[in-house]
Parts: sequence; C-alpha cells; structure tokens
Amino acid sequence: MDFDDTREEAAFRAEARRWLGAHAETKSGAFETWQSRYPDRDGYDGFERAKAFQHKKADAGFAALHWPAESGGRALPPIYQVIYAQEESKYLVPRGYFEIGLGMCIPTLFTYGTDAQKRRYAPAALCGDEVWCQLFSEPGAGSDLAGLRTRAQREGDEWVINGQKIWTSGAHWADWAILVARSDPKTAKHKGLTFFFLSMKSPGIETRRIKQISGASHFNEVYFTDVRIPDGQRLGAVGAGWGVAITTLMNERLASGELRGPDFEEIFGLACSVSLEDGPAIANAAVRERLADLYVKTQGVRLTRFRTMTALSRGETPGPENSIGKLVNAPKAQEIASFAMDLLDMGGVIMDKDTAPLRAAFQESLLTSPGGRIAAGTDEILRNIIAERVLGLPQDMRVDRDLPFDQLPTGAR
Amino acid sequence: MPYDPRAVNFDFSPDQRSLREQARKFLAEHASSARVRRILEGAAPYDAELWRGMAEMGWMGTAIPETHGGAGFGYLELCVLAEELGRSLAPTPFSSTIYLAAEALLLAGSPAQKKRWLPRIAQGEAIGCFALAEGPQVATPGNITTRANGGRVSGTKIPVMDGDVADFAVVVAGEGNRARAGLFLVNLTDPGVTRTSVTTVDPTRSHARLVFDGAAAEPLGAPGAGWPLVERLLDRAAVLVAFEQLGGAQAALDMARQYALGRFAFGRQIASFQAIKHKLADMYVAVELARSNAYYGAWALSKDAAELPVAAATARVAASEAYYHSAKENIQVHGGMGFTWEFDCHLHYRRAKLTALMLGSARRWKDLLVTRLQSGAA
Ligand SMILES: Cc1cc2nc3c(=O)[nH]c(=O)nc-3n(C[C@H](O)[C@H](O)[C@H](O)COP(=O)(O)OP(=O)(O)OC[C@H]3O[C@@H](n4cnc5c(N)ncnc54)[C@H](O)[C@@H]3O)c2cc1C
Repeated sequence: MDFDDTREEAAFRAEARRWLGAHAETKSGAFETWQSRYPDRDGYDGFERAKAFQHKKADAGFAALHWPAESGGRALPPIYQVIYAQEESKYLVPRGYFEIGLGMCIPTLFTYGTDAQKRRYAPAALCGDEVWCQLFSEPGAGSDLAGLRTRAQREGDEWVINGQKIWTSGAHWADWAILVARSDPKTAKHKGLTFFFLSMKSPGIETRRIKQISGASHFNEVYFTDVRIPDGQRLGAVGAGWGVAITTLMNERLASGELRGPDFEEIFGLACSVSLEDGPAIANAAVRERLADLYVKTQGVRLTRFRTMTALSRGETPGPENSIGKLVNAPKAQEIASFAMDLLDMGGVIMDKDTAPLRAAFQESLLTSPGGRIAAGTDEILRNIIAERVLGLPQDMRVDRDLPFDQLPTGAR
Repeated sequence: MPYDPRAVNFDFSPDQRSLREQARKFLAEHASSARVRRILEGAAPYDAELWRGMAEMGWMGTAIPETHGGAGFGYLELCVLAEELGRSLAPTPFSSTIYLAAEALLLAGSPAQKKRWLPRIAQGEAIGCFALAEGPQVATPGNITTRANGGRVSGTKIPVMDGDVADFAVVVAGEGNRARAGLFLVNLTDPGVTRTSVTTVDPTRSHARLVFDGAAAEPLGAPGAGWPLVERLLDRAAVLVAFEQLGGAQAALDMARQYALGRFAFGRQIASFQAIKHKLADMYVAVELARSNAYYGAWALSKDAAELPVAAATARVAASEAYYHSAKENIQVHGGMGFTWEFDCHLHYRRAKLTALMLGSARRWKDLLVTRLQSGAA
C-alpha cells in the first residue's frame, strides 16, 4: 500500500501539469465549473469552446489515456487516468459534452464494433469533432429498460425504426447515437432487443427539448419515423441487444459518480465563513457533526475509487460494486445543497448570483441534484444491483420473465 | 484539505493477503463461536489458550521492532490481523496490550521502559492496559481527577479494558495540581493498586476498576508531553481498532446475508423481499466506505504520515458507525432468532457498541475531525 508516484508516474504528472498550465483555463474559484462559466444557454458559445479544447487535449494525447494507440489513446494503465484527472481538476475543463460518447458509446463499439468502425468513430469522438448520445430510455421503459417498445424492423440490408425515446441527454447537439430497439415483440422481453448506432442527422428523427425542474434543457424527446439504419451498424447479434446494453451500462457506472456542483470543500468553506445566531457556523456543534458525516462519506467514496483503480490496474474488471459511488454521491449532493441553504437561513432562498454565496451554486444544485438520483440507475435500482449482483441475493419476483413481450401487463402508458 | 492520495496501489500486498488467510484459518479453529461463548458465560476473563496460540504465531510482536524482541513487520500487517480478530470476536487482551500499551511505549517510552516491557509483550508474556476513563462521562484533560505526584499515583479508573488481567497499566493522570495530563507507567502488582472486575455490555472482553492509592508511577514521555501524547496514542489505536470494527461489520453483514438466503416467509426467501435487500445493500455500502477509510488510515499509520490525525479520525467514525449499523440490522434481519442468546447476533451488537466507545465516542471524534480539518484548511 503506497501512494507515491513511481518515476514514470511522476514524469507523466509533470507533463500533464505543464500541458494544462499552458492550455487550460484557470478557475476563478475552486467551485467554478465549465457550465457555470459558459452556461448551456443562447448567447454562449460553451459548446464550441469545449470542442476546441477537447481537440487540443486529444492532440496532446490526454483525452483517453487507457485507450489503445490505434484509437488515439496511449494504452496506459488506469493509474494514469487518475493522475491526469487529479491535475485536470485544478482547471476549468469541459467534460460533460463528451462523457457519454467517450465513457459509454465508444467503449461499446470497442467491444462489439468492427476494426474499421473503431478506426472511423473513435478518433472523431476523442477529439470532440463528433458528439454522441444514448437512446435507451422511453416513456414506458426507464428502470425497466428492457420494457422498451421502439420498433426495429428488418428490410433487406436495413432496419427501419419507429417509436420514441425520452430523457436523451444532449440529443440536440449529438452527431451520433447508440440505440436499443425491439426487433421481436413476440419473444420474451429481454430476448427481442437489438442494438444499433446511427447518425442523429438521419431523416425521420425529430428532437424536442424537455425543460427540467432547474429550468435548463439538457435532455430531449426523440421521435423516429421510418428512420433507416444499415445492418452494418448493428452491434451484437439480432436479439442480443440486452447483453450489449448491459456492457454500456457497466461503463456508465464507471464513468458516473463524480459529483458535479458543490461538494464537501464548498460546504466546509461556507460553514467557515457564515455566521449563525451563536457565532460562526463552524463552531456550532450540530453543524460540525454534519460536516464530519459528509467528510467521512466523501473520503469513503474517493478512496473506494482508488480501490477500484487498484483492482483495474491488476487487470481485474470493475464489477457492480462501483454502484456505490453514485448511490452515495447523488443523495449527498442534494444534502449538501439543502444543508448549505439552511446555514444561510431566510436568505438561503436567494438565487441571485451576485448575492448568493458561490454565485448561487448551492441553490442551483438543489434543483439539479434530484436528477442525479434518477439518471444512470435510480437509488433504488442501484440498491437492487448491489443486493443481487454483489451480495448474490435473489432477483425480485417478476411476472415478465417468460411471457411474450406483447402479452405483458402495462399501465395506462 | 489534507487528503489527496496520489497514485494507486491501494490494497494489501499478496504477502499481507496470505497472512490474512492464515489468520482467518487459525481463528476459525481457535476463536470459534463456542470458544467466544465460554468467555461470554464467565468461564474466564479471556481465552488464555488462544492468547498463547497467538503468541506462538508471533502476532503480538507484529509491529514491535526486532531490536525490542518483535518481528518488526509493520502496521499494515497488524491491521490485517486486527481485521481478522474483529471478525472472529477473539476474546483476548490484544487491543489493550498491542494497540494501546505497546504503542504508548513505542511512542514515548524510555530505552529502559521499552527494554523492560516490549520483549515480554512480543512473547505474549506481558499484558498491558490503558487507563483513561473515570466513570460514566467523557474524559478530558480538565476533568481527570487521578493525580501523579513525586512518582506516586492516586485515583480511580473505570472502566479499564483488561485491567483485571494486565501486568501493567498506562495511566492518564494529572500532573501536580494543574489541569495538565500526562502518561504514567504503573506496575499492577504494586501494593498501592486494587482491582475489581466491572460488568460491561460486552462480557467477551473483561474490564476492571483500578484504584490507585499512592502506587509507584513512572512518567512515560517527556514531562509536559501530556494530552497531545494521549491524542497521538488514541489516533494510532483508532486505526487499528477500525480494522477490528471492519472485520466485525463484515461478519455481521455476512451473517445477515446467509440467514436471509436460508429463511423462508410467505413462500419465498426473505432475501427476495426488497426491504431486506435494500437493508443489506445499505449495510454493504457502509462497510465498503468504512473499509476504504480504514485502508487510508492504515497507509497513514504505516508511513507515520502528516495525514494521520485526519485519516485516523475519519477511519474511526466510519468504522464505529458501520459496525454498529451492521450489527443492529443483523439482529433485525434475523427476526426473533436474532433476539435470542443462542444466536451470535448479540455478540457483534455488544462488541460494536464497546468498540465504538472504547477510544471515545463517534460524537467526540467527529468534533475532533472537524477541528483537524479546520487547522489543515487554515
Ligand atoms: C438528468 C437525466 C439524464 C438522463 N439522460 C439519459 C440519457 O442520456 N439517455 C437515456 O436513455 N436515458 C436518460 N435518462 C433516463 C434515466 O435513465 C431514467 O429516468 C431512469 O432509468 C429512471 O427511469 P424512469 O424515469 O422511467 O422512472 P421509473 O423507472 O418509472 O421509476 C420511478 C420510481 O420507481 C422506482 N422503481 C422502478 N423500478 C423499481 C424496482 N424494480 N424496485 C424498486 N423501485 C423501482 C424508481 O427507483 C423510481 O423511484 C436520464 C434521466 C435524467 C434524470
């Protein structure tokens, strides 16, 4: 057990530090994010700037350290990703736009795509030229993803897609997408699915923004009317789409879990600077106890990640135990937001950026953090996953295992 | 903020892991539930046969340097053993002797003091204990009434874990008449010492009331080293006890899982009810976070890193809460069976509460943690 860099690691850290120092934007405060400097709103060119930075990052070889060299990576052990991320976190760097593509879609392509496809799509995604989205959830299929009904019907060398997806993050700016659709409604629900990737510019796709509780619109409804996909863009066998989707979701859990928005450092800083009726908040016993609880959780998740990385660097595959990170962090983000506002008392409701501490980061987090407990597996689904796949407990009783999909009970939808 | 583990080799080495296997096998045989229950039922204050076996395995000398008769492995190895001892509930005076008494000597003992006690400890021939608490209230440098003057100590300490069986005690006492505490070494065969055993919530570990009436006491550490020395000692013990708690928490989770898989109600395994599954998932998360925090504490202890005070407090809070949570919910998963003397659930429940208080409550450690974060941030 040791945390000291090896000689190679230290050299790499120095290289990353030099490069970031020369090319990345500096933060105006520890809490500032790309989103808060360049909100995803009309009049801001955050997306274009993000792409430009991603291009430089890829050219310098920092965008996917663990990917194979032929796809634009450096084939380095996972430790290097950690080192780079540590250095990068000191700067203002865009990540959100590229995470789905680099963290989920392209890795799925690595497992199921042809060599030609890997060569064609991986480098373009890596340098930010092409952005990807994930067309999985539907109005009637979220947690129960395998309940999806978007149809894929084969016509010669093509597939014809009809139906609707929902909650698709970034569909409005994406160039490419991965899609799971139902190719056979007559067979059992997990067996009738097939997995594809397709251009978001395909004729017959219509994207509509959805307004979130925060007022922002990061996700969309996506409608398909006779959208055509060449069979060559199928990933995995016909009817084997569920297995492919699982690969994607495993990668998703590895990628997600990092807290966006105010974390322990910010709430601790606030407690040190704000006063309560009996003096500084940091001197109040109830406040101190909650801070300690938050610190213990925060450290626990950070350090658990190091254990995962250690396992990875020994060549072990990270398993479902990674679900811990998001299951702890997502509710914690919500708690931090709410706790911070409590410390500000009546004034805690103020969202005016010039008045509220940290330019209203806590108040914004109050309205964005609920999404974290739903996206990429709800809290409840993550507990199920831990119970079933880590602890080996029985699956929930289900009525949908063996019935043909078109005979399953549904609600009003 | 004093964290930031850099690169990643955040696990025990293959050698350390095989030590764990070896310890687990040994304890499964020599610290079985039946053996633990003999102590619970009052057969003896501790399992002397097990203690001798542990000495033959060389466990007591794990972190004691070779120059003092130990094996000189190190703290990571000691953490590995602690986890297994916690898992098995081994009823021995290991924690008092090794994590507290030996550590106090290593931290502050004079060459002569070390020479007198450490080789005997390493051989399993001497038992030590640590006497801080003075009854049902938190111990602070301000409220300790035990006094040391001119090489003599007087006062009452209760509860003292293993105070009834120990050969010597490391006693926290006020020096002179000021509120300045220091550590003192007292040979418990001194005629100025009276000991009586004390009943606690966990009879698998014995406790005593020690009354000192002018007993000979040698100062341990430089005069005035005082309370900061006590805190340093407690930090080191906190990491080691966190591993015992971790082992116990994991054992309670394993028990709950096993029972839930075998017990049927409403025509199905209770492990298939979501209320039970989610309960077990929450126990798992608590145990894993505690494990990660304990590992970091182990690293800091093994390197004597500047991060140790924060890492130790974090490890202690996480482990105390995870163990208590797992032990308490383990009873719940067992239903009525969990409430019987017969089942082992209560052994963990008792040990969880004992270990959560033996170095001071989580409440106190949380406050300490924030104080340390404040000074780190300043
Ligand atoms: C911010 C955000 C971004 C998203 N981005 C994308 C995206 O890019 N692409 C995409 O495909 N999807 C995306 N999603 C969709 C997301 O995956 C789903 O919302 C999620 O899986 C939950 O599905 P649902 O909304 O249908 O809720 P439901 O599945 O209807 O769940 C409703 C409630 O029932 C509970 N529940 C459901 N099943 C069980 C069960 N078996 N046991 C216990 N409780 C259960 C849930 O935990 C929840 O509390 C996004 C969602 C959000 C909030």
